[in-house]
Amino acid sequence: MTEAFLDVRNVSRRFAPRLSFGDRIAGKLGQPIDARVTHAVDGVSLAIAKGEALGLVGESGCGKSTLGRVIAGILPPSEGTTAVAGEPVMSQGPRRHKTTTRVQMIFQDPFASLDPRMQVGDTVAEGPIAHRLTTRAQARDYVGRWLTTVGLDPGFAARYPHQFSGGQRQRIAIARALAMQPDMLVCDEPVASLDVSIQAQIINLFLKLRRELNLTMLFISHDLGVVRHLCDRVAIMYLGRIVELGETQAVYAAPQHPYTRALLDSVPKLMLDDHETTAFKPIAGELPSPLAPPPGCHFHLRCPLVQPICRQERPPLRAVLPGRESACHFAPFPPGLRRLR
Amino acid sequence: MTRPSQNGPLLEVDDLATHFFTRAGVIRAVDGVSFSLKRGEVMGLVGESGSGKSVTGFSLLGLIDPPGRIVSGSVRFDGQDLVALPPAQLRRLRGRKIAMVFQDPATTLNPVVTIGDQMRMALEAHGVRGEQRTRERSVAVLTRVGIPDAARRLKAYPHEFSGGMRQRVAIAIALLHDPALLIADEPTTALDVSIQAQILAEMRGLVADLGMALIWISHDLATVSSLADSIAVMYAGRIVEAGPTAAVLRDPRHHYTRGLLDSLPARAEPGRDLVQIPGTTPSLLALPPGCAFAPRCPRADETCLAMPALVSDGLRRHRCHHPLGLEGAP
Repeated sequence: MTEAFLDVRNVSRRFAPRLSFGDRIAGKLGQPIDARVTHAVDGVSLAIAKGEALGLVGESGCGKSTLGRVIAGILPPSEGTTAVAGEPVMSQGPRRHKTTTRVQMIFQDPFASLDPRMQVGDTVAEGPIAHRLTTRAQARDYVGRWLTTVGLDPGFAARYPHQFSGGQRQRIAIARALAMQPDMLVCDEPVASLDVSIQAQIINLFLKLRRELNLTMLFISHDLGVVRHLCDRVAIMYLGRIVELGETQAVYAAPQHPYTRALLDSVPKLMLDDHETTAFKPIAGELPSPLAPPPGCHFHLRCPLVQPICRQERPPLRAVLPGRESACHFAPFPPGLRRLR
Repeated sequence: MTRPSQNGPLLEVDDLATHFFTRAGVIRAVDGVSFSLKRGEVMGLVGESGSGKSVTGFSLLGLIDPPGRIVSGSVRFDGQDLVALPPAQLRRLRGRKIAMVFQDPATTLNPVVTIGDQMRMALEAHGVRGEQRTRERSVAVLTRVGIPDAARRLKAYPHEFSGGMRQRVAIAIALLHDPALLIADEPTTALDVSIQAQILAEMRGLVADLGMALIWISHDLATVSSLADSIAVMYAGRIVEAGPTAAVLRDPRHHYTRGLLDSLPARAEPGRDLVQIPGTTPSLLALPPGCAFAPRCPRADETCLAMPALVSDGLRRHRCHHPLGLEGAP
């Protein structure tokens, strides 16, 4: 593998509810406390090369957004480190904060991520001025340049978010991220709330930005089709862990983890024959609670191939084929095994 | 109680128009929509936000609040015109003969009432009474939609169910009275793909076993194609194309349908620019004259300034002056 531009090492992120005063005293006195800790991200390591786009795919609650926020420096990890171009994203010590502007984030809902009472020009200029990428005097031209880059009229800078459609707002959010001149973008479901025709426009914008700015991207999505289109490699996440990682085309063609297989089989396909019907092969059961993940392999409760070892031992993410990692005890699977049941 | 219309269409919507009279102007959310549906048929109603697909669904049930109003057209269901029906009579049909499932089960279920009580109320509203009967019926439909241990779950509150299970509960409530028609408005949009696949498989089984007609409102062509016998594509308040699902999606006649299909990343070569529909959906307050899609259409010319008529060949319908695949035809 090429040199890691983004280097995520053994990152975990847990969320614990604030304990009451009484519980804290009881804890200090050695009483067992009911710490309902959510293991959102559980020992994830991954690397992204310069200019590469990695898709991060999983269902709701799998921890993909939390991992994205850790990588973007919005949340400190409970354990582990992330670094961009050798520089750590977060400072160490008791009051951890983001120490780089090289990573910027784009969020799902452009109705929530823009301040409704700020002119969009000011929204885009705020960060660059604070970090001295531009000055107040030059901000107008600077903002205009980035609005043009994302396909908006520079004259829109004086308008407010409510004057824009969803697609245009997402362009503004992208301009705001780009105006910080990042090397890397973390995009959390950036097209999920957009209509199909607008989604295509934003996907095309991402393709253009990658070509022109050589951006490195982490693209978080539940939409396997969008990821296949935009990303060189894909990481499949299940209940806080990465279960498969590899080149997008190859993973889709021959998945090496039962969950990936099941996920791909769940996606409805466009049926164009008159009497064709999809044989839906829904994954049995639902995502277990991240408050109490099952022991061993997290997928074993729903896995059609489950064996006794899966209930006891956590399968490590390991190379199973050239350029492919899988966290299944039984990977690699023979090429003939297209269907699991 | 069999009616003479047993073999005819169950639902016939003719020239339905629902407008909203706002201070900013008249919004023609649904403007001249016509379609029909047989018993046991699944129709996909497809469109983007603001196309009028949900308002069409609400209009069928008479669920339009001021400033909105059904201004014209008729909705013939099982021989009765629902638009002309007095509210009290419509209420007797709604939830019994025609039921609806919405996108977000978290907002349609009452959070402070147990599932069992909500189902009992829904049954009593249409005259099914008695502890034993309501309970048995509730357990039967919950089991039918795949809720394990249904008898025990009657005591649970909505928040004790996952999103997918909550949607199943909402579907179960809709099925309580064995409706002849179920209208489902984006019922899987908020769900994960693996749960969506479960619900789709369940839906298909329900339609096959119960023989009810289903209107599946969605923006997702793939789910519609795997479920619906027929499809109607809406744009700016009008049906622009309709017909058998596979035929329409395989060789669309309207440029908007073509554009939607081309926008799907699943059909494109990875990494290549998607063929995108330029521009955005027009504001319903300021629709362009003639064909509303003309400003975004690659084939638009001056003829498109006049509203194209809905052309039907008996099987397929389209509303376009320059239909695809029919060049040279009159």
